[in-house]
Amino acid sequence: MATQVFKIPDSFKKDAKYTFCPGCDHGVAVRLVGECLSELGLTENTIAACAIGCSVTIYDFLNIDALEAPHGRAMAEATGIKRACPDKFVFTYQGDGDFASIGWAESMHAALRGEKISAICINNTTYGMTGGQLGPTTLVGQVTTTSPTGRNLEYYGYPIKIAEHIAMCDGTAYSARVSLDTVANIKKAKQAIKKAFEVQIKGLGLGFVEILSTCPTNWKMTPQKAHERVQNEMIKVFKPGVYKDITVEN
Amino acid sequence: MTATITDKKVLMKGNYAIANAAVLAGCQCYFGYPITPQSEIGEFMSGKMQELGRAYVSAESELAAINMTIGACSTGVKAMTSSSSCAVSLMQEGLSYATSDQLPVVLVSVMRGGPGLGNIYPSQGDYFQATRGGGNGDYKLIVLAPSTVQECADLTYKAFYLAQKYRNPTVLLADGLLGQMMEPVEFKPYPYPEIDNSQWKLSGAKGREARIIRSYAPLADNQCVYLEKLFEKYKLIEEQETQWEEIGTEDADIVLVSFGSTARNVKTATKICRQKGLKVGILRPITLFPFPTKRLKELAQSVKMFVSVEVNMGQMVQDVRLAVNGKAPVELIHKGVGVPPAPEEIVKQIEELM
Repeated sequence: MATQVFKIPDSFKKDAKYTFCPGCDHGVAVRLVGECLSELGLTENTIAACAIGCSVTIYDFLNIDALEAPHGRAMAEATGIKRACPDKFVFTYQGDGDFASIGWAESMHAALRGEKISAICINNTTYGMTGGQLGPTTLVGQVTTTSPTGRNLEYYGYPIKIAEHIAMCDGTAYSARVSLDTVANIKKAKQAIKKAFEVQIKGLGLGFVEILSTCPTNWKMTPQKAHERVQNEMIKVFKPGVYKDITVEN
Repeated sequence: MTATITDKKVLMKGNYAIANAAVLAGCQCYFGYPITPQSEIGEFMSGKMQELGRAYVSAESELAAINMTIGACSTGVKAMTSSSSCAVSLMQEGLSYATSDQLPVVLVSVMRGGPGLGNIYPSQGDYFQATRGGGNGDYKLIVLAPSTVQECADLTYKAFYLAQKYRNPTVLLADGLLGQMMEPVEFKPYPYPEIDNSQWKLSGAKGREARIIRSYAPLADNQCVYLEKLFEKYKLIEEQETQWEEIGTEDADIVLVSFGSTARNVKTATKICRQKGLKVGILRPITLFPFPTKRLKELAQSVKMFVSVEVNMGQMVQDVRLAVNGKAPVELIHKGVGVPPAPEEIVKQIEELM
């Protein structure tokens, strides 16, 4: 007798073409978001606020209503959507430049207000779509097209630790940082995304997950080397973990 | 101050009249950041929206406020923001996106002096900001210009209606004088039909294809087609929605063109001119986009001189010149900022121009 071991989640578009670069972790992250939407039964009740950059293409893969926000404004637009329709499930999917540089004010204030939305932020230490410039999370010493001799503190200052900052906001219900470099960590990442979705459903406040990701094209690395960089360099600065979870603290 | 439908006139500030009308128009969400001279709108809304179980967010910036409004509008509810001059500058990105997204955003812009921080005196210096836009790309905002507190209320109703009808951001362009002055005003129930938005609003992809509201057409050809479609809509708006008031233009040698609070003094100036035996009339655009270009063109067949009267350094005068197209001289009476020139001053300057 045949046993079904795999089923395409209902949130996935059947005819989507894969458009991310080989070895880019966006593909895994989008997949995890889609799986969580399906497993929590949210697909038909979801409105996403999408960002600018590689992350915007999430609406090409998932079968959900979506509004494309200007660069950095996804958290403000998600706030508007949720306040207008409190019964809808609302999430953003943004890059680190979008979430933590140009949109930092919108991100922090949505967390401070305790907006009942979920936010997923992809941290790949660079601006991917524009060709690998220095971003808010670029590591000290990292060479980019706008830090040709590496990020030095005198010129560029420090990279931002997003999950820790969001955890400090009183309106945040859940804040975690995860990575996608091993199967075990991918499983942990999925649990974190699910948790960030569940705190919204329970009306507890903002649910946030920062996902450490590769950008092999702009890092000029093979997919394998790129994942080794996540393990050897990124994780040392951006430590994975749960920085706030009010469901546990309470 | 409480929102009410009234069967008699009540004395009210323009800002309160706008806010009250917005509530009566069915505005479900207000997003805003304080700025003089329009702060009463947000103050009124903060209490009233909570009382009615509707949404109010004290936004962290005007950038956030306009994008929250876009978010709310994408779900099909009526939503608005309000601001003034230097802060409306911060909203230009959002307005450009909202035109491209075709979302019915309502923005109340209560003008003050500029450029930069300027001052909090009344001004009409944002005529260009509203009709030309500071955002990127080819787009138009529908712009309504009230001249009385009663019109502040009536045109707020109309702003919500036109925004929904054409799925286009609509600006109520008032100024510090109208916002702060008190006049008798009457509130009738919202007089316009509700527009069906079930075919485009975001509500979750249940039993239908997923919808994406976006302003991004990756291919050049797609964008060309999109812009043509957008401009067909603007043409329709020009044909159907151009609104203006005209007094004493039938036999006029001189037509004064003036909008908003300035038009009040211009009306009085026209009366004084008539008493002096001068054939002077007034054309007051109520919609600044669409502008009454066609009517001005008709009048240019017989009128000997047009005079644009504005409180700025001369902005609308350019649209008057485009409409008149050299058929008659177009002059400018203006002051940079502050209360509009007194009727007697306007008359004096008209006599000097003759």
